[in-house]
Amino acid sequence: MDVINQSRRGFLKGALGAGVAGVALGYGLVPLSAEAAMPNGAAWPKKAFNTPSVDDTISELYGMSAVESDKITMDLPTIAQNGAVVPVKVETSLPDVTAIALLVAQNPNALAAAFEIPDGTLPFVSNRLKMAKTTDVVAVVVSGGKAYKATQNVKVTVGGCGG
Amino acid sequence: MASSIRVRAVESGGVTTLKALVRHPMDSGFVKDSGGNIIPAHFIQVLTISHKGKDVFKADWGPAVSKDPFLECRFKGAKKGDKLTISWIDNKGESDSTEATIA
Repeated sequence: MDVINQSRRGFLKGALGAGVAGVALGYGLVPLSAEAAMPNGAAWPKKAFNTPSVDDTISELYGMSAVESDKITMDLPTIAQNGAVVPVKVETSLPDVTAIALLVAQNPNALAAAFEIPDGTLPFVSNRLKMAKTTDVVAVVVSGGKAYKATQNVKVTVGGCGG
Repeated sequence: MASSIRVRAVESGGVTTLKALVRHPMDSGFVKDSGGNIIPAHFIQVLTISHKGKDVFKADWGPAVSKDPFLECRFKGAKKGDKLTISWIDNKGESDSTEATIA
């Protein structure tokens, strides 16, 4: 790690410091706060991004397991011609949403993206994801301190992950 | 250098819709080049959107987010003419940030 990188991290920590503390407190997550305390930790949940299974990732990320909910609306194609770019839109009518995560079950590591939804931000997100092959896409929503999930299958007709 | 981030934020009925497109390779670390060598992972890890010094949205991204990532989010509490700051940092420590005005 060179000097420039170090100072950049320092800067990032300063800028995001409040956010990091907020996350650690908000989720009450032991693994995450330990991660944040590490010199290179930043706020990025490294371990959650390196977990292959969907359920393990959810518990790594939020410290609990998610229950199915029909209040989560997922908008994504059922057949994707190009697995490298699959638009995924998630919206929910659940109250007090603090976080949304997108997981791709068949990818080498399930977690694709985790979003923090502060007060005043609507529980909506649209993002484009890569998926290696035909797979379930799982949307996880943390609402009022509980985790909920919804699943939809995407058929990938051309090999994805090609970048 | 032109900014790697293109942003469009529109306020309507108290809700600001923000669309951002970032130019970034988002290499996953699983793909090989034509010579059979693995292209090292290179992807944006954290993207934050702030309004008046307060984070209104934060995305932790992994390598499964598509190349040149697109993001859309919505939030309340901002009005037309307000400034937003969008910034990202990737796994190599590179970063960029840009400012946008809500239309």
